[in-house]
Amino acid sequence: MALELPENVVVSRLDELASWCRKNSLWPMPFATACCGIELMATGAAKHDLARFGAEVFRFSPRQCDLMIVAGRVAMKMLPVLQRIWLQMHEPKWCISMGACASTGGVFDTYAVVQGIDRFIPVDMYVPGCPPRPEQLIQAIIDLQDKIQREGTIAGREFETRERQFRKRALVEAVAPLSIDAARNPVIQRELRFPRS
Amino acid sequence: MTPPPPTADIVPALMARFPGLETSAYRGQTRVVVGEPVSLEVLSFLAAAGFDLLVDVTCVDYLEYRGATRRYGLVYLLASMATADRLIVRVFVDDPDPAVRSVVGVWRSADWLEREVWDMFGIDFVGHPDLRRLMMPEQFTAHPLRKDYPLQGRGERHNFPVLTREDG
Repeated sequence: MALELPENVVVSRLDELASWCRKNSLWPMPFATACCGIELMATGAAKHDLARFGAEVFRFSPRQCDLMIVAGRVAMKMLPVLQRIWLQMHEPKWCISMGACASTGGVFDTYAVVQGIDRFIPVDMYVPGCPPRPEQLIQAIIDLQDKIQREGTIAGREFETRERQFRKRALVEAVAPLSIDAARNPVIQRELRFPRS
Repeated sequence: MTPPPPTADIVPALMARFPGLETSAYRGQTRVVVGEPVSLEVLSFLAAAGFDLLVDVTCVDYLEYRGATRRYGLVYLLASMATADRLIVRVFVDDPDPAVRSVVGVWRSADWLEREVWDMFGIDFVGHPDLRRLMMPEQFTAHPLRKDYPLQGRGERHNFPVLTREDG
């Protein structure tokens, strides 16, 4: 008598296998803009070796990466570049916001620094610190690996971050009559023409 | 080696050429205050007299300063590479359409220095070949280092589209 297995056993096992493979070979895209970039380099160096967790190469091409580590403060002039790099990365992709400046703007609550990249990019893991020690970044990558294994990629549960992201958007300060010329900003113009609802 | 001579010989020549300039000295730093109509001539004279290095061009906004009469005080920091003298030249301009003449023809380094002052304070440099924003993005319309511009900005830093997971 053949053993009856439910249909989705094979798929869920494949999902776990795929998640296991993906989490153990996360290739980072180092988006290092400031001081946290130094700690990112230190994490990849010999003493705190990030390669032992699968991050064997720090590819600087977004087409070859699946983990974007935003290390450092992101200025408003840099944000469209950050968004373009994020869009150029292939699925499945994850994002780590390293340091206080990438998470919330840090000490720089000024007119030119974005107060947290999660206002504009979906972020999976935050690493507090100014700068965070390499051990903290390694802990964040381990936690991200657990998250990848837990969420999986076939079920698509990483897409459930939409509601969380829009609730956070409610914290954005009131966008008053702006001193930015929307007619000449190509990112805003493209968004108005092809809105992503 | 004897220390280089102070600017004592150039400044009297300047006063002889342009009577009516106000000068002061403080702890070895000499300062000359120039009105806008003759600013370019004074700076050209100083460049020819030996101040061949323009160290910096910056500006101070005296909007809330007690006792101030003019709003913007431009600061030209000059240095002489032969004698290591330094000199400070101040040019004061006022609010509706602040403008001075550009010194790019005298010192090439004034190119980006004046672009920075235009970007941050909105002072027009007449005769500058390429006066556009240097540090803020091109679409920015305000001048952030003026005293009436808030530190956190007016919302420009968050006026960008949001990318969510579904957007790819």
